[in-house]
Amino acid sequence: MSKTSKSPLVVKAKPASLIQGSPRVVNVGLSGFAEALAAQGVAVIQVDWSPPARGDADLATLLSKLSD
Amino acid sequence: MSDIRQVLREANAEAVHRMLAAEPVLIDVVAAADAIPELGEGMILHAGPPISWERMCGPMRGAVAGIAVFEGWANDLDAAAALAARGAFQFRPNHDFAAVGPMTGMTTASQPVMVVENQASGNRAFCTINEGLGKVMRFGGNDASVLTRLAWLRDVLGPALGTALRSIEGIELKSLVARGLTMGDEMHQRNVACSSLLLRSLAAALANTCGDRAILTTILSFIASNDQFFLNIAMAMGKAITDPVRDIKGASVVTAMSRNGTDFGIRVSGLGDEWFTAPVEMPDGLYFPGFSAVDANPDMGDSTIVETIGLGGFAMAAAPAVAGFVGAGAPSNAAHITHTMREITLAENPEWTIPALDYQGVPTAIDIRRVVETGIAPMINTGIAHREPGVGQVGAGVVRAPLACFESALWALGKRLGVT
Repeated sequence: MSKTSKSPLVVKAKPASLIQGSPRVVNVGLSGFAEALAAQGVAVIQVDWSPPARGDADLATLLSKLSD
Repeated sequence: MSDIRQVLREANAEAVHRMLAAEPVLIDVVAAADAIPELGEGMILHAGPPISWERMCGPMRGAVAGIAVFEGWANDLDAAAALAARGAFQFRPNHDFAAVGPMTGMTTASQPVMVVENQASGNRAFCTINEGLGKVMRFGGNDASVLTRLAWLRDVLGPALGTALRSIEGIELKSLVARGLTMGDEMHQRNVACSSLLLRSLAAALANTCGDRAILTTILSFIASNDQFFLNIAMAMGKAITDPVRDIKGASVVTAMSRNGTDFGIRVSGLGDEWFTAPVEMPDGLYFPGFSAVDANPDMGDSTIVETIGLGGFAMAAAPAVAGFVGAGAPSNAAHITHTMREITLAENPEWTIPALDYQGVPTAIDIRRVVETGIAPMINTGIAHREPGVGQVGAGVVRAPLACFESALWALGKRLGVT
């Protein structure tokens, strides 16, 4: 992907800026990662998430049929 | 497929409408046999889904023995237990008779029940009078002190409350609960505000209708000394609100959650009166001095009807003091719990709002689809009974409804709608 692309997926920040200063983290799913980072003083926001129907494919299919 | 989705959408909209349109009014206190004509000799209504004597937990057995002695069906507790084991009593869930009962939930013919009428739909629901704290029948207590108190409720308090309520044509509950939420109640483990508001509404009527000053003093003292007096009224209110939501074809809204100390059961609007059960969970809580988790009985009671209408654990943000009392974490965690329950409900109740959440309404109408999809189980605030008969309450805590109930109900709903 070229730097001049207008795609919203382009990362405009220079890679070097990601390792300069303190990291800021959004953790999605298993909270253990967020807890470990928080224990080290890293700014972290935990987003609770788990696979639909706890990963049960049959239930997920049923849910798709009953969604409105 | 689109037809099914439309059926679901319209059915759930109707379910939400009926819940929010309810107008519950506490109108009377009468003998259970007058409220429930089917309630004859030897018939015992209990909390939770159906259960046999053989599968009952310790406190439930203790309460059964005690209530049989109270009703005069046995001379003592041992004789009552022997009769129960021989099949002399008929056990049925309260929920089958428009009734609910806390913890063991004993309802029998001569006990007084409070009557809540849903004046939007005309149905009535019933619940016994709260006995107070300590050794009480709802926690499996069954000694002479417990039976003596039940006799006083039957012979003195029940008739006096009924007379007073009739003289003022009842007490409207929706606005009373709305005020209680702004005063720190969640109506399951904290009822001090609503109990006080109720007494304020009743005191003059009691004084007007009770001719004996000594009896009046005893009645006022009994109600004033019991912070949980309103719980049983909130439960009857919950049943009066949810019963009209039953049997809406295609609706995935929960109409009852209840437990008998062995099984947890739910009912779902689009599935009528069928129970979907799973083994009940152990509460996670705090214990009174001298007791610990090894003494605790698994979760029990019809009181989860208050969570079914958006109160209790769902309204935790209204009652941050309760979060600590039931071991649900810091008071600041209370708002998080209510926000999480919003993930599994279809609506907010605009008349029951929480100041600490900028007056957002309590999360209302649990949708089994959302529970299964998110894996978020309903949060319940609860009392904890001792696992042995006759001891009573040993603590308070929180417990989650088992997800398996919701998963099996979802399969049944899919089958009912022809998609499986």
